[in-house]
Amino acid sequence: MVGILLVSHVQSLADGVKDLAGLVAPSVPIVAVGGLSDGSAGTDVERIYTSLKEADQGDGVLIFMDLGSAVMSTEMALEIDPNDNYIMMNSPMVEGAIVAASAIEAGSTLEEAHNLVESQKGVDKF
Amino acid sequence: MSVNNETLLSIIENMQKNIGENRSYLSDLDREIGDGDHGINMDRGFQEVMKKMDEMKEQDISGILRTTGMTLAFKVGGASGPLYGTAFMKASDTLKGKEEIVLTDLPGLLDAAIGGIQLRGKAVQGEKTILDTLFPAKEALENAIVEGKNSEQAIDAMLKAGEEGAEYTKTIKATKGRASYIGERSIGHMDPGAASALILLRSIAEIVN
Repeated sequence: MVGILLVSHVQSLADGVKDLAGLVAPSVPIVAVGGLSDGSAGTDVERIYTSLKEADQGDGVLIFMDLGSAVMSTEMALEIDPNDNYIMMNSPMVEGAIVAASAIEAGSTLEEAHNLVESQKGVDKF
Repeated sequence: MSVNNETLLSIIENMQKNIGENRSYLSDLDREIGDGDHGINMDRGFQEVMKKMDEMKEQDISGILRTTGMTLAFKVGGASGPLYGTAFMKASDTLKGKEEIVLTDLPGLLDAAIGGIQLRGKAVQGEKTILDTLFPAKEALENAIVEGKNSEQAIDAMLKAGEEGAEYTKTIKATKGRASYIGERSIGHMDPGAASALILLRSIAEIVN
């Protein structure tokens, strides 16, 4: 099954998105990582890398980030061990994660879930 | 100018000292236009680099810059980590197999560092970032070398242009990073990244001159 990695500056934000996505996708491996190892706000390349491996069950991982250094730190984590099946998503973290989790729960492949999130990322909230 | 392993380690130690001394200054600048953690983050990163000193003493100059870059990238915790980390790693690549850095190596080294920052941050000159210090500094250094200036003069020219570049960031609005969210209100404040880049350049100049 495709995994989802949520990268935020604070653990509680990543955890919250994970909880929400978990409601629609109880069987999808969703890993939340945020903040530094001492609990302060920020992004930590090493923690992101470890979490990425945790989310990877062999069918790829879609990665959602909040902003700024979360994007750059994720890029660096991916460079440690480049893998085409780890995809950074250019979409809002909450909406993107929910769309992806629903699709994966319903049996989507990495590519299908990726395409679906891409097609939805510009959708207005109302 | 000739920088061997030992001199390079002195430069990195001096960077750590100067960043540490300017920790509050950098965070204060960041508080004006961002989230106020730049000094804390940079200080944490360089303190982690200091923990690698024993390891770096066994490395060549390229290895020392790589270790410094990797450590900053992994340990800083803010956007400056991947930015400076990539800069040091790209600079390291220009020195593979070399035993010393001479004056004419410096423009290429800075060029690679700038390229690394642009690769990571997707910024250009004039967006109120680290680059607004490093670009003019590199250009001034190149020009001084072409004009036949000696190493002390060339390094001085680099530093002076870096200072002017950092000052210039007060006059422009941020279009990259978190400071861009406050738009026009970022005018009047020096960019904390431009300020930390200047501290790093000064740390080099203090040791080699």
